[in-house]
Amino acid sequence: MSENNLIPILPQEEFERRERRRSSVVPEIWNLLDSVKDPEVPVISIWELGVLQDVLVTDGAVTVSITPTYSGCPAINAMAEDIELCLKNAGYERVEVLRQLHPAWSTSWMSVEAKRKLADYGIAPSQKDDEGIACPHCGSFDIKLVSHFGSTACKALYQCRSCSEPFDYFKNL
Amino acid sequence: MTTDNQQDLAAYAIRLGDDSVIHGHRLSEWCSNGPFLEEDLAMTNVALDYIGRARNFLTYAAELTGEGVTEDTLAYDRDCLDYTNLLIYELPRGDFAFTTARQYLLDEFELLFLTALTQSADETLAAIAEKSLKETLYHLRRSKEWMLRLGNGTEESRARLQTALEQLIGYTPELFEMDALEKELAEKGVAVDRASLEQGWRSACDATFAEAGVTLPDVAWRVKGGRTGFHTEHLGHLLSEMQFVQRAYPGCTW
Repeated sequence: MSENNLIPILPQEEFERRERRRSSVVPEIWNLLDSVKDPEVPVISIWELGVLQDVLVTDGAVTVSITPTYSGCPAINAMAEDIELCLKNAGYERVEVLRQLHPAWSTSWMSVEAKRKLADYGIAPSQKDDEGIACPHCGSFDIKLVSHFGSTACKALYQCRSCSEPFDYFKNL
Repeated sequence: MTTDNQQDLAAYAIRLGDDSVIHGHRLSEWCSNGPFLEEDLAMTNVALDYIGRARNFLTYAAELTGEGVTEDTLAYDRDCLDYTNLLIYELPRGDFAFTTARQYLLDEFELLFLTALTQSADETLAAIAEKSLKETLYHLRRSKEWMLRLGNGTEESRARLQTALEQLIGYTPELFEMDALEKELAEKGVAVDRASLEQGWRSACDATFAEAGVTLPDVAWRVKGGRTGFHTEHLGHLLSEMQFVQRAYPGCTW
């Protein structure tokens, strides 16, 4: 992917999110949460997706802040439950999952690595202005939009004209 | 913030939540009834965005209200007179042309409204708007394409679209109406001055209609009443379905 040759410029919110993890006093909890995946796209974690925003521990109680991808995304409930389960299994008794709306989630927070995992899974990763989308199966750029809304709110449905395969595209938000 | 202010803010959040939940419910009625699978998915995905938006507004209203009020009691325990959604949202879904025309008119409106609301002095309302605005851009992209497709399609599709617009036009002025509550909140920089959006909305719509070969009629008639609880007969039917489970089994959870 040509993106690998570019120097990635991080959005400010993403820079701050990575800083929160880097300077966290509880890195072990962030690491544990790497095992919590997006239930709709089980190859990427909630960290890679940009949903996991912050982890704080106060008097032994863990507070995890997450942000939804879309306002009505039903997966957010599953993610909250998975977070609680993951931490409780690791011995954290008191866990609270907070939902925050600001800053509004953006696909630009996803790393090149996360986007590569999406493509390997068969989902075309989001592109700036939804242009230059490649078929995740054969790599062709000769594609057509089938529907603006696919199997979930975050995806659109495309078809490749070269290999004829339909595929999901992770919309740019 | 004083209690009066909090009540006003809660009332405003409820209005926006009511608009969203009713619209989301109407769209959800297309589930398994869409003209074909892709549009079935699209309409229900848009429905989800609106229901999520409603949850955000109503949860905020519940926090401001306290006294055991939750997003669920607001959505499921209030009857028609207490619902404050604008009338255009509660009209039956009609045919695909009607649903498309309404969605398009509302998407152009939401684009302007949410853009303005991101500047609200109230941080929570601004955050909800920031989130919703991104979704509305996708809704508009789709509904606009459908306007062009229906308008430039067959005689049948253009006629149905034109009929839908004539049925809808009298419900649009209410989108831009400011009452005492919203004027007061707008002066504080919290609420959006809806009246100021009308001209921009009309010219955006007219540009699309020209391209689609239809005309948005002049407003020769108008109805209002949603904000004060005076609804069409359709809202009761909608609520009886939407609230059935909570009415039959009060307090039940999934």
